[in-house]
Amino acid sequence: MKAWEFFLNNRTEFFTLVWQHLALVAISTSIALLIGIPVGIMLTRKPRLRAPVLGFANVMQTVPSLALFGFLIPLPFIGGIGARTAIVALVLYSLLPVIRNTVTGILGVDASVREAAVAMGMTDRQVLFQVELPLAASVILTGVRVAVVIAVGVATIAAAVGAGGLGTYIFRGLRANYNPLILMGAVPAALMALAADFGLGLLEKRFDFKTRRASAESNKGLRRLVWAALALIVALGIFAAWRSGRSSDAPASHAHVTIGTKDFTESVLLGEMVAQMLEARGVEVERKYELGGQLCHNALVAGSIDLYPEYTGTSYTDILHHPPMTDPRAVYDQLKQEYAQKFNVEVSAPLGFENTFAILVRGEDARKFSLKTISDAVQYTPRWHAGFGQDFKSRADGYPGLARAYNLRFAESPREMDLSLTYRALASRQVDFIAGNSTDGLISSLDLVQLEDDRHYFPPYEAVFLLRRDALARVPELNEVLAKLGGALSTEEMRRLNYEIDGNKRDRREVVREWLKSKGWV
Amino acid sequence: MPAPVNNSVLVEFRNVGYDVLGTSQPIISDLNLSVMRGETLILLGESGCGKTTTLKLVNRLLLPTSGEVLVEGKRTREWDAISLRRRTGYVIQEAGLFPHFTVERNVALVPSLEHWDEARVRVRVHEMLELVGLDPEKFAARYPRELSGGQRQRVGVARALASDPPLLLMDEPFGALDPLTRASLQKEFAELSRSLQKTVIFVTHDVREALLLGTRVCLMSRGRIALLETPENFLRSDERNARAYVETLRLDDSVLSNAGRGE
Repeated sequence: MKAWEFFLNNRTEFFTLVWQHLALVAISTSIALLIGIPVGIMLTRKPRLRAPVLGFANVMQTVPSLALFGFLIPLPFIGGIGARTAIVALVLYSLLPVIRNTVTGILGVDASVREAAVAMGMTDRQVLFQVELPLAASVILTGVRVAVVIAVGVATIAAAVGAGGLGTYIFRGLRANYNPLILMGAVPAALMALAADFGLGLLEKRFDFKTRRASAESNKGLRRLVWAALALIVALGIFAAWRSGRSSDAPASHAHVTIGTKDFTESVLLGEMVAQMLEARGVEVERKYELGGQLCHNALVAGSIDLYPEYTGTSYTDILHHPPMTDPRAVYDQLKQEYAQKFNVEVSAPLGFENTFAILVRGEDARKFSLKTISDAVQYTPRWHAGFGQDFKSRADGYPGLARAYNLRFAESPREMDLSLTYRALASRQVDFIAGNSTDGLISSLDLVQLEDDRHYFPPYEAVFLLRRDALARVPELNEVLAKLGGALSTEEMRRLNYEIDGNKRDRREVVREWLKSKGWV
Repeated sequence: MPAPVNNSVLVEFRNVGYDVLGTSQPIISDLNLSVMRGETLILLGESGCGKTTTLKLVNRLLLPTSGEVLVEGKRTREWDAISLRRRTGYVIQEAGLFPHFTVERNVALVPSLEHWDEARVRVRVHEMLELVGLDPEKFAARYPRELSGGQRQRVGVARALASDPPLLLMDEPFGALDPLTRASLQKEFAELSRSLQKTVIFVTHDVREALLLGTRVCLMSRGRIALLETPENFLRSDERNARAYVETLRLDDSVLSNAGRGE
């Protein structure tokens, strides 16, 4: 039911994602066919190349998809973020079944039939197009079917590199720990795969000469239908490629801004604030939300987005690779200078709140032991269990440093789990001590208490916008919008907005619109 | 052997050898042979004696590694492979029909490759089907898998004859058929080739078939010609291999007389 309501409220977005998903699959399948079938034919003529080429395609398919995306991102021309990278990866995955089945299909043609064809005086080309390919067609179609089904599945992961598609819902749902959202992505994707499998399976069966009979007069029509279907896939691919090509040309125009965000609620909310304020001023906005890892930074430097929300501490340590520093003013000044020099990027005024690591305990424990600071808790922790997200457990400015700074000890080695699960684990008493995000809406709704970092171990994580200077010059409205947002958000306010999304499952655009209205900015 | 009449040699082998790199024994050596216009020359021998290779040298599916093969007085390596093959009918065991083509399209293959106009092709296909004893109305639209083995072989012959080639190459065309079907096809084919005046080179390991169909029988052994004779002289020959074949016929007779006594 919830999934249905969600669907009704998000129809436009849903259909955009479905379209993106279909486009990814159609483009990549077309390219895989255009490359795979000729390569397969070539391999039947050059047996010596068969092992190395099939080996390469085989290896490509065994690379885990996320890892493949990871490899592709830093590459010039074929890498980067967005649909292009996703398509390259999907093509690499789809190649193997297409090439392999082309080879198998052609080599599987009865030797006496091929001999007869040659002996009748057919040219190589005629043997290929009139005998080998038609007889191999059903086997090749099986390969296409496998390729399409793989592509539909892998395309869900494409969301991680900002290529959109139904994976966007799956990732968003996983992060928000919200099953209806996961289903909204997974079910249509699964249906798409089943439909492709079934449809191409039907086609393949009809295309199999072994079942052909004189009575089946519709053969000619059917064959035409198959070619029409294949042509449609390719045409759809080309059209989609043209469309996406056109939209990626767009940022060059005058009043157009591309906004990126990281892959969590708060980042998206901040991006959406700027988006709506710009739109209210007649600026055209393109949203490239929910980019994973350091994609935002790479995209900003590469010019595929114009701005994104960032945290000063993250920029300072993760991007500029400085050792952590605790003075917020010094960090901010250093950032402003280095970003301008290195990347020609401007750092906006801090938005007012910090999203630092928040050391959290249950409210009742805090009251019982009257805990205010992390130092207060140190004497109790040897009897406690801790749970941390993977990120915090391992990074330099995470648990190892924290344990050293406060001389922390626990009953056992802290458990490593998904960040979103640590809150629930704490509330349900499976652990007693976690590191969350200070602005997380769940903090107040689950009655959790943040312990103060009294030794100033954590570097400052002030929220700012990073934006390209050329965008600032091109769209003067940006100046005005970012000036308004400076200092506008307190930690409590941000926490409340986050909770509207993660706790109350409300629509992001709507929450942002309300907030902007309450400020009188739209 | 009677001296050949002028220009009556269609295919000639001159000191032909064929061997494959890496094998110790040549598949064919020192082959000298003339095939006359209008005759049916049988290549008879055991598996591996080189008879199929000899056949494939004629339509340039293979090129000799030594010596020359001449078709209509022209070396095969000087022929354009495609035009040589289109004027040479070819029938193989199991027919080698295209399973994705109807009977009609199979028979029409070479005429279509030669760009005959559609109406002419159609007429020709129907003629050919009637010639090999298949009712065009009934069979033209069928696919090979809807035919019996004998019917498929008839279509194979019709396909080979469709463009009216002067030369027909047949590689054990009736080898995979049941004895009854084989016998009736052999008989019909004997009449057909006589009436059409085709030159036929016919590969078989069945001595009865050889004697029944052949104008001359060329017995091959280990890549060489062991005997080249008319059927009558073949029966009388005291060449060792020929006698072994003739012995098998005597064996058939003794089976017959034995069965006759039992009755």
